[in-house]
Amino acid sequence: MSGVFTGAVRPGAWVFLFIFLAALLVAPFLANDYVLTILILILYFAYVGQAWNIMMGFAGQLSLGHAIYVGLGAYTTAALYVHYGVGPWIGLIAGMAIAVACGALIGFLAFRFGVSGVYFAILTIAFAEFARIGFDHFGWVGASGGYFLPVAQYSHNDVWNLRGKPIMFYYLMLALSMAAFAICALLLRSRMGYFWQAIREDEEAARSLGIDTFRYKMYAVTISAGMTSVAGMFFAFYYNNLFPEQVFHISRSIELILGPIIGGIGTLFGPIVGAVLLTGLAEGLREIMDYFGYDAPGAKQVFYGVCLLVVVLLVPNGVWPPLARALRLTGGERRKTGEGHAGRETGEGRDR
Amino acid sequence: MGAILAIDGVNKRFHGLRAVQDVSFEVAEGAIFAVIGPNGAGKTTLFNMIAGVFAPDAGSIVFAGERIDGLAPDAVCRRGIGRTFQIVRPFAGLSVEDNVMVGALLRRPDRAAARAHARDILARLDLADKRDVAAAALTLPDRKRLEVARALATGPRLLLLDEVMAGLRPTETDRMVAILTELNRTTGLTILLIEHVMRAVMALAHTVLVLHHGARIAEGVPDTVVRDKAVIESYLGSEAPA
Repeated sequence: MSGVFTGAVRPGAWVFLFIFLAALLVAPFLANDYVLTILILILYFAYVGQAWNIMMGFAGQLSLGHAIYVGLGAYTTAALYVHYGVGPWIGLIAGMAIAVACGALIGFLAFRFGVSGVYFAILTIAFAEFARIGFDHFGWVGASGGYFLPVAQYSHNDVWNLRGKPIMFYYLMLALSMAAFAICALLLRSRMGYFWQAIREDEEAARSLGIDTFRYKMYAVTISAGMTSVAGMFFAFYYNNLFPEQVFHISRSIELILGPIIGGIGTLFGPIVGAVLLTGLAEGLREIMDYFGYDAPGAKQVFYGVCLLVVVLLVPNGVWPPLARALRLTGGERRKTGEGHAGRETGEGRDR
Repeated sequence: MGAILAIDGVNKRFHGLRAVQDVSFEVAEGAIFAVIGPNGAGKTTLFNMIAGVFAPDAGSIVFAGERIDGLAPDAVCRRGIGRTFQIVRPFAGLSVEDNVMVGALLRRPDRAAARAHARDILARLDLADKRDVAAAALTLPDRKRLEVARALATGPRLLLLDEVMAGLRPTETDRMVAILTELNRTTGLTILLIEHVMRAVMALAHTVLVLHHGARIAEGVPDTVVRDKAVIESYLGSEAPA
Protein backbone atom coordinates (compact mmCIF):
# COMPACT_ATOMS: atom_id res chain seq x y z
CA MET A 1 0.00 0.00 0.00
CA SER A 2 1.27 3.35 -0.68
CA GLY A 3 0.85 6.89 -0.69
CA VAL A 4 -1.46 7.16 -3.31
CA PHE A 5 -3.32 9.73 -5.20
CA THR A 6 -3.02 10.09 -8.87
CA GLY A 7 0.11 12.01 -9.10
CA ALA A 8 0.52 13.36 -12.44
CA VAL A 9 -3.23 13.47 -12.77
CA ARG A 10 -3.92 13.46 -16.44
CA PRO A 11 -6.46 15.78 -17.99
CA GLY A 12 -8.52 12.69 -18.70
CA ALA A 13 -8.80 12.05 -15.00
CA TRP A 14 -10.43 15.39 -14.38
CA VAL A 15 -12.92 14.79 -17.19
CA PHE A 16 -13.65 11.39 -15.73
CA LEU A 17 -14.13 12.89 -12.28
CA PHE A 18 -16.38 15.60 -13.62
CA ILE A 19 -18.61 13.12 -15.44
CA PHE A 20 -18.75 10.93 -12.35
CA LEU A 21 -19.77 13.87 -10.20
CA ALA A 22 -22.35 15.09 -12.70
CA ALA A 23 -23.84 11.61 -12.79
CA LEU A 24 -24.12 11.60 -9.01
CA LEU A 25 -25.80 14.99 -9.03
CA VAL A 26 -28.53 14.01 -11.46
CA ALA A 27 -28.87 10.41 -10.30
CA PRO A 28 -31.85 10.95 -7.94
CA PHE A 29 -33.96 12.23 -10.83
CA LEU A 30 -33.34 9.10 -12.84
CA ALA A 31 -33.38 6.53 -10.08
CA ASN A 32 -36.35 4.93 -8.41
CA ASP A 33 -36.65 4.78 -4.62
CA TYR A 34 -34.92 1.44 -4.39
CA VAL A 35 -31.92 2.52 -6.43
CA LEU A 36 -31.78 5.75 -4.46
CA THR A 37 -31.57 3.75 -1.22
CA ILE A 38 -28.63 1.83 -2.60
CA LEU A 39 -26.91 5.00 -3.76
CA ILE A 40 -27.30 6.48 -0.30
CA LEU A 41 -25.78 3.33 1.17
CA ILE A 42 -22.86 3.51 -1.25
CA LEU A 43 -22.18 7.14 -0.34
CA TYR A 44 -22.47 6.30 3.33
CA PHE A 45 -19.83 3.58 3.05
CA ALA A 46 -17.63 5.80 0.90
CA TYR A 47 -17.77 8.39 3.67
CA VAL A 48 -17.00 6.13 6.64
CA GLY A 49 -14.39 4.27 4.57
CA GLN A 50 -12.69 7.58 3.90
CA ALA A 51 -12.72 8.44 7.62
CA TRP A 52 -11.33 5.03 8.61
CA ASN A 53 -8.70 5.27 5.90
CA ILE A 54 -7.14 8.27 7.65
CA MET A 55 -6.19 6.05 10.56
CA MET A 56 -5.26 2.88 8.73
CA GLY A 57 -4.38 3.98 5.22
CA PHE A 58 -2.53 7.17 6.10
CA ALA A 59 -1.14 6.61 9.59
CA GLY A 60 -1.06 2.81 9.63
CA GLN A 61 -3.12 2.29 12.78
CA LEU A 62 -5.60 -0.56 12.40
CA SER A 63 -8.96 0.14 14.01
CA LEU A 64 -11.44 -2.70 14.05
CA GLY A 65 -13.88 -0.89 16.29
CA HIS A 66 -14.92 2.13 14.25
CA ALA A 67 -18.58 1.34 14.90
CA ILE A 68 -18.09 2.94 18.31
CA TYR A 69 -17.67 6.38 16.73
CA VAL A 70 -20.68 5.90 14.47
CA GLY A 71 -22.67 4.82 17.52
CA LEU A 72 -21.57 7.67 19.75
CA GLY A 73 -22.41 10.21 17.06
CA ALA A 74 -25.75 8.53 16.43
CA TYR A 75 -26.85 8.17 20.04
CA THR A 76 -25.68 11.63 21.09
CA THR A 77 -27.45 13.50 18.31
CA ALA A 78 -30.57 11.34 18.62
CA ALA A 79 -30.80 11.68 22.41
CA LEU A 80 -30.30 15.44 22.35
CA TYR A 81 -32.97 15.72 19.65
CA VAL A 82 -35.55 13.50 21.36
CA HIS A 83 -34.96 14.62 24.94
CA TYR A 84 -34.26 18.31 24.48
CA GLY A 85 -35.28 19.14 20.96
CA VAL A 86 -31.72 20.08 20.03
CA GLY A 87 -31.28 20.06 16.27
CA PRO A 88 -28.91 17.43 14.88
CA TRP A 89 -26.34 19.94 13.63
CA ILE A 90 -26.02 21.44 17.11
CA GLY A 91 -26.15 17.99 18.67
CA LEU A 92 -23.41 16.94 16.31
CA ILE A 93 -20.99 19.26 18.10
CA ALA A 94 -21.56 17.25 21.27
CA GLY A 95 -21.52 13.99 19.33
CA MET A 96 -18.21 14.80 17.71
CA ALA A 97 -16.75 15.94 21.01
CA ILE A 98 -17.71 12.65 22.66
CA ALA A 99 -16.39 10.57 19.75
CA VAL A 100 -13.15 12.56 19.66
CA ALA A 101 -12.75 12.15 23.43
CA CYS A 102 -13.33 8.42 23.07
CA GLY A 103 -10.79 8.21 20.24
CA ALA A 104 -8.34 10.22 22.31
CA LEU A 105 -8.80 7.84 25.25
CA ILE A 106 -8.22 4.74 23.13
CA GLY A 107 -5.29 6.41 21.38
CA PHE A 108 -3.75 7.60 24.62
CA LEU A 109 -3.99 4.18 26.27
CA ALA A 110 -2.53 2.46 23.24
CA PHE A 111 0.13 4.89 22.06
CA ARG A 112 1.37 5.94 25.50
CA PHE A 113 1.93 2.36 26.54
CA GLY A 114 3.29 1.11 23.25
CA VAL A 115 0.30 -0.99 22.25
CA SER A 116 0.48 -1.42 18.50
CA GLY A 117 -0.39 -3.67 15.58
CA VAL A 118 -2.88 -6.42 16.32
CA TYR A 119 -2.94 -5.52 20.01
CA PHE A 120 -4.09 -2.05 19.14
CA ALA A 121 -6.76 -3.55 16.88
CA ILE A 122 -7.96 -5.75 19.74
CA LEU A 123 -8.15 -2.72 22.01
CA THR A 124 -10.39 -0.95 19.51
CA ILE A 125 -12.66 -4.01 19.34
CA ALA A 126 -12.78 -4.11 23.13
CA PHE A 127 -13.95 -0.52 23.35
CA ALA A 128 -16.64 -1.04 20.74
CA GLU A 129 -17.83 -4.05 22.72
CA PHE A 130 -17.82 -2.06 25.97
CA ALA A 131 -20.02 0.48 24.24
CA ARG A 132 -22.36 -2.18 22.88
CA ILE A 133 -22.83 -3.77 26.29
CA GLY A 134 -22.98 -0.41 28.01
CA PHE A 135 -25.70 0.93 25.70
CA ASP A 136 -27.59 -2.33 26.11
CA HIS A 137 -28.16 -1.21 29.70
CA PHE A 138 -28.43 2.51 29.14
CA GLY A 139 -32.10 3.16 29.87
CA TRP A 140 -32.00 6.86 28.98
CA VAL A 141 -31.62 5.92 25.34
CA GLY A 142 -33.82 2.84 25.36
CA ALA A 143 -31.21 0.24 26.34
CA SER A 144 -31.43 -3.01 24.38
CA GLY A 145 -35.03 -2.27 23.39
CA GLY A 146 -33.83 0.34 20.91
CA TYR A 147 -34.08 4.08 20.60
CA PHE A 148 -36.50 5.69 18.17
CA LEU A 149 -36.83 9.07 16.58
CA PRO A 150 -40.33 10.37 15.87
CA VAL A 151 -41.27 9.60 12.29
CA ALA A 152 -43.96 11.14 10.14
CA GLN A 153 -44.67 11.54 6.45
CA TYR A 154 -42.72 14.64 5.61
CA SER A 155 -44.03 16.80 2.87
CA HIS A 156 -41.02 19.04 2.77
CA ASN A 157 -37.33 18.69 3.48
CA ASP A 158 -36.10 20.24 6.69
CA VAL A 159 -32.32 20.14 6.41
CA TRP A 160 -31.86 21.90 9.73
CA ASN A 161 -33.67 19.11 11.59
CA LEU A 162 -32.82 16.38 9.07
CA ARG A 163 -36.46 15.49 8.60
CA GLY A 164 -37.42 14.84 5.04
CA LYS A 165 -37.46 12.57 2.03
CA PRO A 166 -34.75 10.18 0.90
CA ILE A 167 -33.58 12.64 -1.75
CA MET A 168 -32.55 15.08 0.96
CA PHE A 169 -30.52 12.36 2.65
CA TYR A 170 -28.98 11.48 -0.68
CA TYR A 171 -27.69 14.97 -1.27
CA LEU A 172 -26.58 15.28 2.33
CA MET A 173 -24.55 12.10 2.04
CA LEU A 174 -23.19 13.17 -1.34
CA ALA A 175 -22.02 16.46 0.18
CA LEU A 176 -20.50 14.68 3.16
CA SER A 177 -18.61 12.14 1.09
CA MET A 178 -17.33 14.86 -1.24
CA ALA A 179 -16.19 16.86 1.76
CA ALA A 180 -14.51 13.77 3.20
CA PHE A 181 -12.71 13.23 -0.08
CA ALA A 182 -11.51 16.83 -0.14
CA ILE A 183 -10.41 16.71 3.50
CA CYS A 184 -8.50 13.49 2.92
CA ALA A 185 -6.85 14.88 -0.21
CA LEU A 186 -5.71 17.95 1.71
CA LEU A 187 -4.56 15.94 4.72
CA LEU A 188 -2.59 13.51 2.61
CA ARG A 189 -0.66 16.28 0.89
CA SER A 190 -0.09 18.21 4.09
CA ARG A 191 2.93 18.10 6.37
CA MET A 192 0.92 15.91 8.71
CA GLY A 193 0.10 13.59 5.81
CA TYR A 194 3.78 13.05 5.13
CA PHE A 195 4.45 12.40 8.80
CA TRP A 196 1.56 9.92 8.94
CA GLN A 197 2.88 8.02 5.96
CA ALA A 198 6.34 7.95 7.51
CA ILE A 199 4.84 6.48 10.69
CA ARG A 200 2.90 3.96 8.63
CA GLU A 201 6.01 2.85 6.76
CA ASP A 202 8.42 2.71 9.70
CA GLU A 203 7.64 4.27 13.04
CA GLU A 204 11.16 4.08 14.45
CA ALA A 205 12.65 5.72 11.39
CA ALA A 206 9.95 8.40 11.60
CA ARG A 207 10.94 9.15 15.20
CA SER A 208 14.57 9.43 14.20
CA LEU A 209 13.53 12.22 11.82
CA GLY A 210 12.14 14.26 14.69
CA ILE A 211 8.50 13.29 14.31
CA ASP A 212 6.61 13.17 17.60
CA THR A 213 4.87 9.94 16.63
CA PHE A 214 2.59 9.89 19.67
CA ARG A 215 1.20 13.29 18.79
CA TYR A 216 0.62 12.52 15.13
CA LYS A 217 -1.02 9.18 15.84
CA MET A 218 -3.31 11.00 18.27
CA TYR A 219 -4.24 13.46 15.52
CA ALA A 220 -5.04 10.57 13.21
CA VAL A 221 -7.30 8.76 15.66
CA THR A 222 -9.15 11.89 16.79
CA ILE A 223 -9.71 13.27 13.29
CA SER A 224 -10.91 9.87 12.13
CA ALA A 225 -13.20 9.50 15.15
CA GLY A 226 -14.67 12.96 14.68
CA MET A 227 -15.38 12.41 10.99
CA THR A 228 -16.90 9.01 11.65
CA SER A 229 -19.29 10.43 14.26
CA VAL A 230 -20.85 12.63 11.55
CA ALA A 231 -21.87 9.43 9.78
CA GLY A 232 -23.49 8.45 13.09
CA MET A 233 -25.72 11.50 12.99
CA PHE A 234 -26.73 10.61 9.47
CA PHE A 235 -27.41 7.02 10.50
CA ALA A 236 -29.67 8.07 13.39
CA PHE A 237 -31.75 10.55 11.42
CA TYR A 238 -31.95 8.46 8.28
CA TYR A 239 -32.97 5.18 9.87
CA ASN A 240 -34.74 6.71 12.88
CA ASN A 241 -33.98 3.71 15.07
CA LEU A 242 -30.92 2.64 16.96
CA PHE A 243 -30.19 -0.72 18.56
CA PRO A 244 -26.91 -1.26 20.42
CA GLU A 245 -26.72 -4.79 19.04
CA GLN A 246 -26.73 -3.38 15.53
CA VAL A 247 -24.98 -0.06 15.82
CA PHE A 248 -21.98 -1.14 17.88
CA HIS A 249 -21.71 -4.70 16.65
CA ILE A 250 -18.34 -5.80 15.33
CA SER A 251 -19.89 -6.72 12.00
CA ARG A 252 -20.64 -2.98 11.56
CA SER A 253 -16.97 -2.20 12.14
CA ILE A 254 -15.91 -4.87 9.67
CA GLU A 255 -18.45 -3.80 7.05
CA LEU A 256 -17.12 -0.27 7.28
CA ILE A 257 -13.51 -1.22 6.54
CA LEU A 258 -14.17 -3.64 3.68
CA GLY A 259 -14.70 -0.81 1.20
CA PRO A 260 -11.29 0.80 1.61
CA ILE A 261 -9.57 -2.59 1.81
CA ILE A 262 -11.11 -3.75 -1.43
CA GLY A 263 -10.78 -0.38 -3.10
CA GLY A 264 -7.22 0.26 -1.93
CA ILE A 265 -5.99 1.16 1.53
CA GLY A 266 -4.27 4.51 1.72
CA THR A 267 -5.63 5.72 -1.60
CA LEU A 268 -8.10 8.56 -1.99
CA PHE A 269 -10.34 6.78 -4.47
CA GLY A 270 -10.12 3.36 -2.86
CA PRO A 271 -12.92 3.88 -0.31
CA ILE A 272 -15.21 5.17 -3.07
CA VAL A 273 -14.45 2.36 -5.51
CA GLY A 274 -14.76 -0.18 -2.72
CA ALA A 275 -18.14 1.16 -1.61
CA VAL A 276 -19.49 1.10 -5.16
CA LEU A 277 -18.24 -2.44 -5.75
CA LEU A 278 -19.29 -3.98 -2.47
CA THR A 279 -22.64 -2.34 -1.91
CA GLY A 280 -23.56 -2.21 -5.55
CA LEU A 281 -22.70 -5.83 -6.25
CA ALA A 282 -24.16 -7.14 -2.98
CA GLU A 283 -27.48 -5.47 -3.72
CA GLY A 284 -27.35 -6.66 -7.31
CA LEU A 285 -26.75 -10.20 -6.08
CA ARG A 286 -29.78 -9.94 -3.85
CA GLU A 287 -31.87 -8.77 -6.76
CA ILE A 288 -30.78 -11.71 -8.85
CA MET A 289 -31.46 -14.15 -6.03
CA ASP A 290 -34.88 -12.62 -5.45
CA TYR A 291 -35.62 -12.94 -9.13
CA PHE A 292 -34.89 -16.65 -9.06
CA GLY A 293 -36.80 -17.01 -5.86
CA TYR A 294 -33.91 -17.82 -3.53
CA ASP A 295 -33.88 -16.53 -0.02
CA ALA A 296 -30.48 -16.98 1.60
CA PRO A 297 -29.97 -14.67 4.61
CA GLY A 298 -26.20 -15.10 4.80
CA ALA A 299 -25.58 -14.54 1.10
CA LYS A 300 -24.29 -10.99 1.56
CA GLN A 301 -21.68 -12.06 4.10
CA VAL A 302 -20.54 -14.91 1.87
CA PHE A 303 -20.32 -12.47 -1.00
CA TYR A 304 -18.20 -10.05 1.07
CA GLY A 305 -15.92 -12.95 1.98
CA VAL A 306 -15.51 -13.97 -1.64
CA CYS A 307 -14.79 -10.37 -2.66
CA LEU A 308 -12.12 -10.07 0.00
CA LEU A 309 -10.57 -13.35 -1.07
CA VAL A 310 -10.44 -12.36 -4.72
CA VAL A 311 -8.92 -8.98 -3.92
CA VAL A 312 -6.29 -10.40 -1.57
CA LEU A 313 -5.29 -12.99 -4.15
CA LEU A 314 -5.37 -10.89 -7.30
CA VAL A 315 -4.91 -7.26 -6.33
CA PRO A 316 -3.46 -7.14 -2.81
CA ASN A 317 -3.21 -3.36 -2.91
CA GLY A 318 -6.87 -3.00 -3.77
CA VAL A 319 -8.80 -2.50 -6.96
CA TRP A 320 -8.06 1.18 -7.42
CA PRO A 321 -4.32 1.25 -8.24
CA PRO A 322 -4.56 -1.18 -11.19
CA LEU A 323 -7.91 0.28 -12.20
CA ALA A 324 -6.45 3.78 -12.31
CA ARG A 325 -3.64 2.50 -14.50
CA ALA A 326 -6.01 0.67 -16.79
CA LEU A 327 -8.10 3.82 -17.20
CA ARG A 328 -4.85 5.74 -17.73
CA LEU A 329 -5.75 8.14 -14.98
CA THR A 330 -2.32 8.19 -13.43
CA GLY A 331 1.07 9.22 -14.65
CA GLY A 332 2.96 7.01 -17.03
CA GLU A 333 5.88 5.73 -15.03
CA ARG A 334 5.41 2.32 -13.73
CA ARG A 335 7.38 1.43 -10.69
CA LYS A 336 9.07 -1.85 -10.20
CA THR A 337 7.80 -2.42 -6.72
CA GLY A 338 4.24 -3.47 -6.98
CA GLU A 339 0.92 -1.93 -7.68
CA GLY A 340 0.81 0.56 -4.90
CA HIS A 341 3.48 2.82 -6.19
CA ALA A 342 2.23 3.38 -9.65
CA GLY A 343 -0.53 5.74 -8.74
CA ARG A 344 1.14 7.79 -6.15
CA GLU A 345 1.14 11.44 -5.59
CA THR A 346 4.18 13.07 -6.99
CA GLY A 347 3.57 16.33 -5.31
CA GLU A 348 2.92 19.91 -6.08
CA GLY A 349 6.36 20.39 -7.53
CA ARG A 350 5.45 18.56 -10.69
CA ASP A 351 1.79 19.05 -11.24
CA ARG A 352 1.23 22.65 -10.44
CA MET B 1 36.56 25.44 18.02
CA GLY B 2 34.52 24.27 20.98
CA ALA B 3 33.03 20.87 21.50
CA ILE B 4 29.56 20.40 20.03
CA LEU B 5 29.19 17.01 21.70
CA ALA B 6 30.62 16.14 25.10
CA ILE B 7 30.30 12.61 26.47
CA ASP B 8 31.27 12.32 30.10
CA GLY B 9 31.64 9.10 32.07
CA VAL B 10 28.88 7.29 30.23
CA ASN B 11 27.93 3.77 31.36
CA LYS B 12 25.41 1.27 30.09
CA ARG B 13 24.75 -2.16 31.42
CA PHE B 14 22.46 -4.83 29.95
CA HIS B 15 21.82 -7.24 32.80
CA GLY B 16 25.25 -8.72 33.50
CA LEU B 17 26.94 -7.19 30.49
CA ARG B 18 28.69 -3.86 30.82
CA ALA B 19 28.24 -2.67 27.27
CA VAL B 20 29.80 0.74 27.77
CA GLN B 21 32.04 1.64 30.71
CA ASP B 22 33.09 5.13 31.68
CA VAL B 23 33.49 6.41 28.18
CA SER B 24 34.31 10.10 27.82
CA PHE B 25 35.21 12.09 24.77
CA GLU B 26 34.46 15.33 23.00
CA VAL B 27 33.66 16.02 19.39
CA ALA B 28 34.76 19.41 18.12
CA GLU B 29 32.34 21.42 16.03
CA GLY B 30 33.01 20.83 12.35
CA ALA B 31 35.00 17.65 12.97
CA ILE B 32 34.64 14.19 11.49
CA PHE B 33 34.95 11.80 14.40
CA ALA B 34 35.08 8.03 13.99
CA VAL B 35 34.37 5.36 16.59
CA ILE B 36 35.90 1.99 15.76
CA GLY B 37 36.37 -1.29 17.54
CA PRO B 38 35.61 -4.99 17.24
CA ASN B 39 32.08 -6.37 17.26
CA GLY B 40 30.59 -6.10 20.72
CA ALA B 41 32.86 -3.24 21.70
CA GLY B 42 29.88 -1.06 22.59
CA LYS B 43 29.90 1.21 19.56
CA THR B 44 26.24 0.79 18.72
CA THR B 45 25.23 1.09 22.37
CA LEU B 46 27.12 4.37 22.57
CA PHE B 47 25.49 5.50 19.34
CA ASN B 48 22.03 4.60 20.60
CA MET B 49 22.54 6.55 23.81
CA ILE B 50 23.45 9.67 21.86
CA ALA B 51 20.49 9.17 19.50
CA GLY B 52 18.07 8.75 22.41
CA VAL B 53 17.14 5.11 21.85
CA PHE B 54 17.95 4.54 25.50
CA ALA B 55 19.39 6.54 28.38
CA PRO B 56 22.81 5.86 29.93
CA ASP B 57 22.86 4.34 33.42
CA ALA B 58 25.38 6.95 34.46
CA GLY B 59 27.22 9.86 32.94
CA SER B 60 26.09 12.75 30.79
CA ILE B 61 25.75 13.57 27.13
CA VAL B 62 25.84 17.26 26.35
CA PHE B 63 25.01 18.53 22.89
CA ALA B 64 25.44 22.20 22.03
CA GLY B 65 25.50 23.10 25.70
CA GLU B 66 22.39 21.12 26.62
CA ARG B 67 22.09 17.73 28.30
CA ILE B 68 20.35 15.34 25.97
CA ASP B 69 20.82 11.98 27.69
CA GLY B 70 17.43 10.48 28.38
CA LEU B 71 15.60 12.46 25.70
CA ALA B 72 13.44 10.53 23.22
CA PRO B 73 14.82 9.97 19.69
CA ASP B 74 12.49 12.51 18.12
CA ALA B 75 13.44 15.14 20.69
CA VAL B 76 17.13 14.45 20.05
CA CYS B 77 16.56 14.98 16.34
CA ARG B 78 14.74 18.24 16.95
CA ARG B 79 17.74 19.44 19.01
CA GLY B 80 19.84 19.05 15.86
CA ILE B 81 21.18 15.50 15.66
CA GLY B 82 20.43 13.40 12.59
CA ARG B 83 21.05 9.66 12.47
CA THR B 84 21.12 6.75 10.05
CA PHE B 85 20.38 3.12 10.75
CA GLN B 86 22.90 0.35 10.28
CA ILE B 87 20.21 -1.81 8.72
CA VAL B 88 18.66 0.76 6.39
CA ARG B 89 15.04 1.63 7.05
CA PRO B 90 13.69 3.52 4.03
CA PHE B 91 9.98 4.35 3.89
CA ALA B 92 9.57 1.64 1.29
CA GLY B 93 6.19 2.71 -0.05
CA LEU B 94 7.20 6.31 -0.62
CA SER B 95 9.26 7.71 -3.46
CA VAL B 96 12.88 8.65 -2.85
CA GLU B 97 11.96 12.32 -2.90
CA ASP B 98 9.10 11.88 -0.45
CA ASN B 99 11.40 9.99 1.91
CA VAL B 100 13.59 13.06 2.02
CA MET B 101 10.53 15.35 2.13
CA VAL B 102 9.57 13.80 5.48
CA GLY B 103 12.88 14.93 6.92
CA ALA B 104 12.80 18.30 5.19
CA LEU B 105 9.33 19.12 6.57
CA LEU B 106 10.65 19.03 10.13
CA ARG B 107 12.07 22.53 9.93
CA ARG B 108 10.34 23.70 6.77
CA PRO B 109 6.58 23.42 7.27
CA ASP B 110 6.00 25.04 3.90
CA ARG B 111 5.83 22.22 1.39
CA ALA B 112 7.34 24.10 -1.52
CA ALA B 113 10.34 25.11 0.58
CA ALA B 114 10.68 21.58 1.93
CA ARG B 115 10.57 20.13 -1.57
CA ALA B 116 13.21 22.52 -2.82
CA HIS B 117 15.37 21.59 0.16
CA ALA B 118 14.79 17.88 -0.43
CA ARG B 119 15.86 18.20 -4.07
CA ASP B 120 18.92 20.13 -3.10
CA ILE B 121 19.93 17.34 -0.74
CA LEU B 122 19.13 14.62 -3.27
CA ALA B 123 21.48 16.37 -5.69
CA ARG B 124 24.24 16.42 -3.08
CA LEU B 125 23.80 12.70 -2.46
CA ASP B 126 23.79 11.78 -6.17
CA LEU B 127 20.16 10.68 -6.00
CA ALA B 128 18.51 13.40 -8.05
CA ASP B 129 17.84 11.15 -11.02
CA LYS B 130 16.14 8.56 -8.80
CA ARG B 131 13.78 10.90 -6.98
CA ASP B 132 10.58 9.43 -8.44
CA VAL B 133 11.57 5.82 -7.83
CA ALA B 134 9.95 4.00 -4.93
CA ALA B 135 12.49 3.63 -2.15
CA ALA B 136 11.85 -0.11 -2.07
CA ALA B 137 13.30 -0.39 -5.58
CA LEU B 138 16.69 1.10 -4.74
CA THR B 139 19.94 -0.87 -4.66
CA LEU B 140 21.85 -1.07 -1.36
CA PRO B 141 24.35 1.72 -2.15
CA ASP B 142 21.46 3.99 -3.12
CA ARG B 143 19.58 3.08 0.03
CA LYS B 144 22.60 3.90 2.13
CA ARG B 145 22.79 7.32 0.52
CA LEU B 146 19.03 7.80 0.91
CA GLU B 147 19.48 7.07 4.60
CA VAL B 148 22.03 9.88 4.81
CA ALA B 149 19.90 12.21 2.68
CA ARG B 150 16.86 11.75 4.88
CA ALA B 151 18.79 12.44 8.08
CA LEU B 152 20.49 15.41 6.45
CA ALA B 153 17.15 16.89 5.43
CA THR B 154 16.23 17.44 9.08
CA GLY B 155 18.92 20.11 9.17
CA PRO B 156 21.22 18.59 11.80
CA ARG B 157 24.31 20.21 13.28
CA LEU B 158 25.63 16.74 14.09
CA LEU B 159 25.17 13.75 11.84
CA LEU B 160 25.45 10.27 13.35
CA LEU B 161 26.32 7.58 10.82
CA ASP B 162 25.94 3.94 11.84
CA GLU B 163 28.11 1.87 9.50
CA VAL B 164 27.01 3.58 6.31
CA MET B 165 29.85 1.92 4.42
CA ALA B 166 28.93 -1.63 5.42
CA GLY B 167 28.16 -3.76 2.38
CA LEU B 168 29.46 -1.21 -0.11
CA ARG B 169 32.03 -2.03 -2.76
CA PRO B 170 35.28 0.00 -2.70
CA THR B 171 34.12 2.31 -5.50
CA GLU B 172 30.84 2.96 -3.68
CA THR B 173 32.74 3.51 -0.44
CA ASP B 174 34.93 6.10 -2.13
CA ARG B 175 31.85 7.80 -3.53
CA MET B 176 30.30 8.00 -0.05
CA VAL B 177 33.57 9.27 1.41
CA ALA B 178 33.73 11.98 -1.25
CA ILE B 179 30.14 13.03 -0.55
CA LEU B 180 30.67 13.19 3.21
CA THR B 181 33.94 15.05 2.88
CA GLU B 182 32.30 17.58 0.60
CA LEU B 183 29.39 18.02 3.01
CA ASN B 184 31.71 18.56 5.93
CA ARG B 185 33.86 20.97 3.97
CA THR B 186 31.09 23.09 2.47
CA THR B 187 28.57 23.16 5.31
CA GLY B 188 30.75 22.68 8.37
CA LEU B 189 28.56 19.77 9.41
CA THR B 190 29.96 17.75 12.31
CA ILE B 191 29.95 14.01 11.64
CA LEU B 192 30.27 11.17 14.12
CA LEU B 193 30.55 7.79 12.49
CA ILE B 194 30.72 4.22 13.66
CA GLU B 195 32.61 2.28 11.07
CA HIS B 196 34.36 -0.98 10.34
CA VAL B 197 35.62 -0.08 6.90
CA MET B 198 39.10 1.23 7.66
CA ARG B 199 39.53 2.51 4.13
CA ALA B 200 36.74 5.00 4.85
CA VAL B 201 37.86 5.79 8.38
CA MET B 202 41.38 6.62 7.25
CA ALA B 203 40.12 8.82 4.44
CA LEU B 204 37.47 10.64 6.45
CA ALA B 205 38.16 10.95 10.13
CA HIS B 206 40.00 13.78 11.80
CA THR B 207 39.90 11.90 15.09
CA VAL B 208 39.40 8.21 15.88
CA LEU B 209 38.17 6.71 19.13
CA VAL B 210 38.77 2.99 19.68
CA LEU B 211 36.47 1.01 21.96
CA HIS B 212 37.12 -2.48 23.24
CA HIS B 213 34.90 -4.37 25.69
CA GLY B 214 32.94 -1.22 26.28
CA ALA B 215 35.93 0.89 27.26
CA ARG B 216 38.09 3.40 25.49
CA ILE B 217 41.52 2.09 24.60
CA ALA B 218 42.81 4.81 22.30
CA GLU B 219 41.95 8.16 20.78
CA GLY B 220 43.82 10.34 18.35
CA VAL B 221 44.48 11.12 14.73
CA PRO B 222 43.99 8.09 12.45
CA ASP B 223 47.64 7.60 11.55
CA THR B 224 48.67 7.42 15.19
CA VAL B 225 45.78 5.25 16.31
CA VAL B 226 46.38 2.55 13.72
CA ARG B 227 49.96 2.16 15.00
CA ASP B 228 48.82 1.87 18.60
CA LYS B 229 49.81 -1.53 19.97
CA ALA B 230 46.61 -2.07 21.94
CA VAL B 231 44.51 -1.21 18.93
CA ILE B 232 46.40 -3.58 16.67
CA GLU B 233 46.08 -6.40 19.16
CA SER B 234 42.41 -5.97 19.96
CA TYR B 235 41.00 -4.93 16.64
CA LEU B 236 43.07 -4.38 13.57
CA GLY B 237 45.32 -7.41 13.75
CA SER B 238 47.73 -8.05 10.92
CA GLU B 239 45.38 -6.51 8.36
CA ALA B 240 46.09 -3.02 9.61
CA PRO B 241 46.75 -0.62 6.79
CA ALA B 242 50.29 0.65 6.90
